[in-house]
Amino acid sequence: MTLDELGRYLGSPSNREQLAEQFGQHVYLSLVPLLLGLLVAVPLGWGAQRLPSVRAVVFGGASVLYTVPSLALFVVIPGIIGTRTLDSINVVVALTLYTAALLVRSVVGALDAVPGPVTAAATAMGYRPLRRFLTVELPLAVPVLTAGVRVASVSNISLVSVGALIGTGGLGVLFTEGFRTRYLAPILVGIVLTLLLALVVDRALVLARNRLTPWTRSTPGGAR
Amino acid sequence: MARAWGARLIEFQSVTKAFDDGTVAVNDLDLTVEAGTITVFVGPSGCGKTTSLRMVNRMVEPTSGRVLVDGRDVRSADPASLRRGIGYVIQHAGLFPHRTVLDNVATVPLLAGWTRRRARSRAAELLEVVGLPEEVGRRYPAQLSGGQQQRVGVARALAADPPVLLMDEPFSAVDPVVREGLQDELLRLQSELDKTVLFVTHDIDEAVRVGERVAVFATGGVLAQYSEPPELLARPANDFVADFVGRDRGYRGLSFVAGAALRPDEVETVTVGAPGVVSGDEWLLALDEDRRPRGWLRPRATVAGPLSEQELEPGGSLHTLGLPLRGALDAALSSPSGRGVVVDRDGRAVGVVTAHQVLELLSTERAAADSEPEGGR
Repeated sequence: MTLDELGRYLGSPSNREQLAEQFGQHVYLSLVPLLLGLLVAVPLGWGAQRLPSVRAVVFGGASVLYTVPSLALFVVIPGIIGTRTLDSINVVVALTLYTAALLVRSVVGALDAVPGPVTAAATAMGYRPLRRFLTVELPLAVPVLTAGVRVASVSNISLVSVGALIGTGGLGVLFTEGFRTRYLAPILVGIVLTLLLALVVDRALVLARNRLTPWTRSTPGGAR
Repeated sequence: MARAWGARLIEFQSVTKAFDDGTVAVNDLDLTVEAGTITVFVGPSGCGKTTSLRMVNRMVEPTSGRVLVDGRDVRSADPASLRRGIGYVIQHAGLFPHRTVLDNVATVPLLAGWTRRRARSRAAELLEVVGLPEEVGRRYPAQLSGGQQQRVGVARALAADPPVLLMDEPFSAVDPVVREGLQDELLRLQSELDKTVLFVTHDIDEAVRVGERVAVFATGGVLAQYSEPPELLARPANDFVADFVGRDRGYRGLSFVAGAALRPDEVETVTVGAPGVVSGDEWLLALDEDRRPRGWLRPRATVAGPLSEQELEPGGSLHTLGLPLRGALDAALSSPSGRGVVVDRDGRAVGVVTAHQVLELLSTERAAADSEPEGGR
C-alpha cells in the first residue's frame, strides 16, 4: 500500500463522514458499557468484600462469564433479552457484563486495600455502613480501582470491533470492509483510530483519578 | 488528696466474650469505671483488654453479661448513635487519608448533623486545644508526623464533646520521647475537660503514668488486679501481676513518692570559664553564668587556663526540686560524683543529694504513711 492510497481514502468526504460516524459509535459502544459495568461492579464488589459467601459466587460467576467468547455473547444475548440480532444494544449489554466481570475483582481488591484502622475508626465515629462505604471506603478505593477501569476501558475499546461481525457499527466495520474488499487503507485507519481512542480514554481516566485523589500527591511528612 | 469518686460511668457486669473457635477473650469481667477518671486496661497481647474496650461502643458484642454506660445497657442503643457519643482514638490514629485534618476533626459533628461551617469552626478550636497550629488544618494526614497525627486523632475524638473517651493503644506507634509528650498532653487535657477515659495499653510504664486506676488483665481475659498505680506497684495481687509490672517496680513506685521534703545539700561550685582552677579532695560542680549545671570537675585536678567544658566529666540526670523522688534517686545514681544535682524550675542548680539521702527520706515517708489512715492520691 502506498501513502497515495491512504490519501485518496481519507480525501473522500463520504469516507470521512463515515469515519466520524463509526468513531462516534465506537466511543458510545465502548464507554457506555464501561460506565454501566462500573455501576454494576461497585455494589457487587461491596457485597463480595463484606460476605465471603457472596465473594465465592460473584468471583465464580465473573470467571465463567469472562471465558465466554465475546462473539458468542453478542449472538446469544438477543435470544435472552429479546432484542433484534443487529441491535447495538446487544453489544452494550455484553460489554457491560464483561466490564462488570472484570471490575468486580478490582472493586474487591481496592476495598481490601483500604487500611483496616481507617474503616474501624469510621465505624467507631458512628458511620452507618452505607455512608461509610460512599464517603470513606469508595473514595479511598479510587487509586486501585482506577487501575482496573483502565484495563477494562482498553478491553472494551478493542472488543467493540468484534461487534462489527454482527453488524453493530463502530470502527470494527473498517476491518470487515477492508478485509472483504482487500483494501488496506480503512484497516490502517481503523487501527490508528482505535489506538488513539484507547490512549485518549486512558489519559482521561488518569486525569479523573488525580482530580478525585488530591491527597495522594501530598508530600509525606511522617512515616508510611 | 482524697478524691470523691463520681457517678459510675462505665460498668462491666459479668461480661464474657468467647469467639466461635472457642477462645475466651474476656472471662467474667466485673469492673466499674468511675466518671471523670482515666482508667487504664493493661496486659500482654491477647488478654482481652482491647476486646473489653470495644464492647463499650459495640464494636464487639459480649457473649454474655452486660456493659452499661451511664446506667444504660449499650445494647439498648442504636450502635451508630451510641458511637457518636463516645470518642474513640485508635492506634496509628486511623485518620481519614482523603480528608484534610480540619475535616477529619469535624467528622463526628458533621455526622451529628451540624452545618459544615459550624463543624469546621469547632474543629479549628479543637486543633488549638490539642496544641496544633491552625495551618495544620489544611493539610492531609500523610503530611503530618506520627505525633501530630495522634494529636489530630485525639482532637477528632473530642470534637462532639463526648463524656466518654476510648483510647486503644493511642500512643504506641510513636517514639518514646513523643509518647511522653502526648501522655503529658493527655493529662493536661483531662485536668481541663474531665472526661471518663478508658485507655488501653500493653506498656505498664504508660499505664501507671496516665492511669488514675489501672486494671491488669492476664492471658485468658481474666482481670488480675484493679487498683491505683502506687498500690499496684507496691502490692501486686499475685505472681502474674508482680511479673508483669516488672523487676524494677520498686524503683518505678518512686514516681509516686512526693519529693517535697527533700532538702538538697550545698556543694562547692566553679564557673565555666574561670581561670586557674584547682580542685581539692572533692568533686566540683561546674555551672555556667546562669547557674545551670554543665558537668563535674574531678578531685585533685589542675586547670591552667580558663576552665573549658572539655575538662569536665559530663553530669548525670537533673532532679527538679519538688518532683517525685524517682528523679532524685536517678540523678544521684547517674552522677559521676555520686551526688545528684537538684535544680529549680528554671534549671538553676540549688544543691545536691546523695542516693543515701533519698533512701533515708523514703523510709521516713513510709513510716509516716504507715501510721496514717489510708487515703487516695
